[in-house]
Amino acid sequence: MKIYNSAEEALDCVQTGQTIMVGGFGLVGGPLTLIDTLVELDVKDLTIISNNLGEQGKGLGKLLEQKKVKKAIGSYFTGNRDVGDAFQRGEIEIDLLPQGTLAESIRAGGAGIAGYYTKTSFGTELSNDKEIKMFNGEEYVLEEALKADVAIIRAHQADTLGNLVYYKTARNFNPLMATAAQTVIVEVDEIVEAGELKSDDIVTPHLFVDRVILAKKILTKEGVIEHG
Amino acid sequence: MANPIQEAIAKRAAKELEHGQIINLGIGIPTLVANYVEHNHVFFHTENGMLGVEDVSEDDIDPNIVNAGKFAVGEAIGASYFDSAASFAMIRGGHVDVAILGVLQVDEHARIANWAVPGKNIIGVGGAMDLLVGARKVIVTMTHTSKDGKSKILKECNYPITSTRSVDMIITDLAVFKYIDGQLHLVELMQGADLETVEANTEASFINALK
Repeated sequence: MKIYNSAEEALDCVQTGQTIMVGGFGLVGGPLTLIDTLVELDVKDLTIISNNLGEQGKGLGKLLEQKKVKKAIGSYFTGNRDVGDAFQRGEIEIDLLPQGTLAESIRAGGAGIAGYYTKTSFGTELSNDKEIKMFNGEEYVLEEALKADVAIIRAHQADTLGNLVYYKTARNFNPLMATAAQTVIVEVDEIVEAGELKSDDIVTPHLFVDRVILAKKILTKEGVIEHG
Repeated sequence: MANPIQEAIAKRAAKELEHGQIINLGIGIPTLVANYVEHNHVFFHTENGMLGVEDVSEDDIDPNIVNAGKFAVGEAIGASYFDSAASFAMIRGGHVDVAILGVLQVDEHARIANWAVPGKNIIGVGGAMDLLVGARKVIVTMTHTSKDGKSKILKECNYPITSTRSVDMIITDLAVFKYIDGQLHLVELMQGADLETVEANTEASFINALK
């Protein structure tokens, strides 16, 4: 694990054609500093795995505007009209998953499980073309695990080893994505010395974490502000 | 925001909740149900990762505490936070007692459509399908007819269905239906509604089980 001074340096491993997981449920728990730097990078054909794809022209929405997204995997893109328009024009592929399936597929990806069966989406348009199997007289849908080259996530605090704790509902997909990518980059509100976080409170142990930066964009009641 | 019709539906739905239950509320009318529940009577779960949701006053808003509709909420005594996989394990795994959901349509087998509209891009589903699969009891709150006066309780949904699972109860501005033994049963008229109006505005067939 290494602490980086800037988002630019922390993201220097991102390359064209890669799959990137992005934490957050809307703005809450989103790695806002890393996202804003990611959109500036000279890379394209990205596959983005994230619950949402930002808003129109904001956050990950910018990445879409710049036509750097090849495919989006997530559960709720309705909040950004550009996603539907880009899909209609054939500019992006979309893999829409129920939110629980998205979460579980990431969990499986990080846990070395190739796929699993869930009842969710059986009999609906979202399970067209997916394998169905009966267990105890009920139909289940085969879902495959999700993994990524890079995950960018947000936590509340990191210690100098890379142990992470989260804050309130800003946790959401972040601890899951921390397990499921080759390189895991985290932005945090605060970095403390190893030993300062209570061992019992640590949600993501440091073995999952590769790079840490201090967040420069903070979500407040008044919206996102620059910090420091 | 809410009108008296929505309030009446929410108030009726609240009567279904039992002490100590774990409840997940959808967006819209379902959110209003919390206003009619006694303090500490039940525990509210939100799929973005919190158990113990309560209202928050403007002064106490924390931008990092939101519900699945991304609205600011408060933290009840004994509240807990967890990741999205754990949250949906609670839902899919049958640990949520009641889900109260808004819908676009419901058919006569009490199957609902609440996630997509034909002719529009299908780009959002959220937690709707998981809730249908996993919640022990599903209550639908809805206006009986669409804005142009068409029945939303149909023989068959023409919007894509959310699940093959039938919901347990439908509460509208006109009536309350229960789904029993494969058929919709009209069990109650809402205040000011009569049987004729319910019949005229319900395309699905149902059994009159009014007492």
